[in-house]
Amino acid sequence: MDNLIEIRWHGRGGQGAKTASLLLADAAFNTGKYIQGFPEYGPERMGAPITAYNRISNNPITIHSNIYEPDYVVVVDDSLLESVDVTAGLKKTGAIVINSTKDGEELKKFLKGYEGEVYKIDARKISMEALGRYFPNTPMLAAIVKVSNVMTDEAFLNDMQGSFKHKFAKKPEVIEGNMKALELALQSVEKI
Amino acid sequence: MSIRERLSGNEAAAIAMKQINPDVVAAFPITPSTEIPQYFSTFVSNGEVNTEFVAVESEHSAMSATIAAEAAGARAMTATSANGMSLMWEMIYIASSLRLPIVMSLVNRAVSGPLNIHNDHSDAMGVRDAGWVMLFSENNQEAYDNLIMAHRIAEHKDVKLPLMVCQDGFITSHSIENIELIEDDKVKAFVGEYKPEEYLLNKKNPIAIGPLDLQAYLFEHKTQQAIAMKNAKKVILEVAEDFEKMTGRKYSFFEEYKMEDAETAIVCMNSTAGTAKFVVDNLRAQGIKAGLIKIRVFRPFPAEEIAKALENCKAVAILDKADSLNAAGGALFEDVTSAMYVNQKQVPMVNYVYGIGGRDTTSKDIEKVYTDLDEIAKTGNVSDPYRYLGLRG
Repeated sequence: MDNLIEIRWHGRGGQGAKTASLLLADAAFNTGKYIQGFPEYGPERMGAPITAYNRISNNPITIHSNIYEPDYVVVVDDSLLESVDVTAGLKKTGAIVINSTKDGEELKKFLKGYEGEVYKIDARKISMEALGRYFPNTPMLAAIVKVSNVMTDEAFLNDMQGSFKHKFAKKPEVIEGNMKALELALQSVEKI
Repeated sequence: MSIRERLSGNEAAAIAMKQINPDVVAAFPITPSTEIPQYFSTFVSNGEVNTEFVAVESEHSAMSATIAAEAAGARAMTATSANGMSLMWEMIYIASSLRLPIVMSLVNRAVSGPLNIHNDHSDAMGVRDAGWVMLFSENNQEAYDNLIMAHRIAEHKDVKLPLMVCQDGFITSHSIENIELIEDDKVKAFVGEYKPEEYLLNKKNPIAIGPLDLQAYLFEHKTQQAIAMKNAKKVILEVAEDFEKMTGRKYSFFEEYKMEDAETAIVCMNSTAGTAKFVVDNLRAQGIKAGLIKIRVFRPFPAEEIAKALENCKAVAILDKADSLNAAGGALFEDVTSAMYVNQKQVPMVNYVYGIGGRDTTSKDIEKVYTDLDEIAKTGNVSDPYRYLGLRG
């Protein structure tokens, strides 16, 4: 139980937060872990707030409920900060990672005095640079791997290369851009 | 060596069906079971199975088509949820009374209304007296394993009853988790070929199936179904023993989790049992003698065995994920308390209806039940046995 890591994702429908949580589960599975990856299903609409979850552990996981006291929170869209209590239950020993261009002090105003570590990353900039389009989930996936340290950068990148080859078997031209997005994100996630 | 994988509960069910490679699958999509026929139809179009896939226009037709296929002598499977099950209702009883060993995945969801797509057990509880063998699954692994064992139970000559494998909609059907798969050839050998004794397409022995059955015989035929359900108990254990030899995974009527010296216990089914195990481990670490019974086989109901497993407890809570709306208690509560009474075991018992319409059941909810049980164990009194868990005040 001591090694159980619980992660909560906040995103908007269409941004790929669910997919990112499943990719994280995959990557952790491939490093030998026990994993859970599941979204909280609701009315599914583009742009509506959605929540997804991950549990990662060295031991079998039996608990089957949503996560109320996560170790980490990922915010895929900073416009959610105004409407969703993203730090609810978040452990002080953990961290939150936010996709934003806002400066650190401004971001902290939304975090209700959260005492743990706060990280930010400009996923839009990375995605535009690497992919030419805005897919925030790929950079955010790399950001949470970096912050939570559930695996090494190298193991993560190796595994994702394999996943992308499989996932994009019919459009291999996008693999390089996605890998670049991951690499840029690993380098540019910053603590505030 | 087994195959280490990560799959959702629906993927696990579809993979089991692929390995079983039935003759016929007929299904109509309904959330949250839709993915099972969806994935399976991909296996069909890729030529990975030899199955005739019938894309029917309703669940009534899905059950009718599987009935027809089984009656003809084929092995048939289907999957559904909630209102899909409701629409099958008429044919559900016909499947069991014609003694057709159809196997179905029931991905449990609240039966409308008002409309709700999330998990509870009201669909399964609605057909608990329909003469189907009913197996429940804590996670993707058990949904898979139960399906691999299903045909051996259902098709056994002493049983010949349809069987449904239940798992919790979304909670396990849509959650990716680790799983150990069995190699294709081993599954094929374990499940074996379907060789019905009597079937419509046997020209050497022409028979009629399902003709009029009035006062002179229906009673006797219904009793034969009841005897078959009793026989299923023996067969379920035999198949579980063979399954354990193949996989090392042990199954019985129910799982007893830390029950040896348990003073308080919860009885429940499906995914909540996993959350309860997490809570039991925490309570045990604090020196509290808590235990859990997870029902796997709900029909046939292992009444005598349950009574024996609970006889030494000081207080027991039965968790029902469907409300019977009968001013008395949920279906599992009534079965367990009745088993205790008939077997002359006196243990204070309390019922909690929980998780209706997908209301999340947390470890804190389960902790509260054990706290309540400690109180009941001290006094021996249960003034209000029909309670709710996780209901807003």
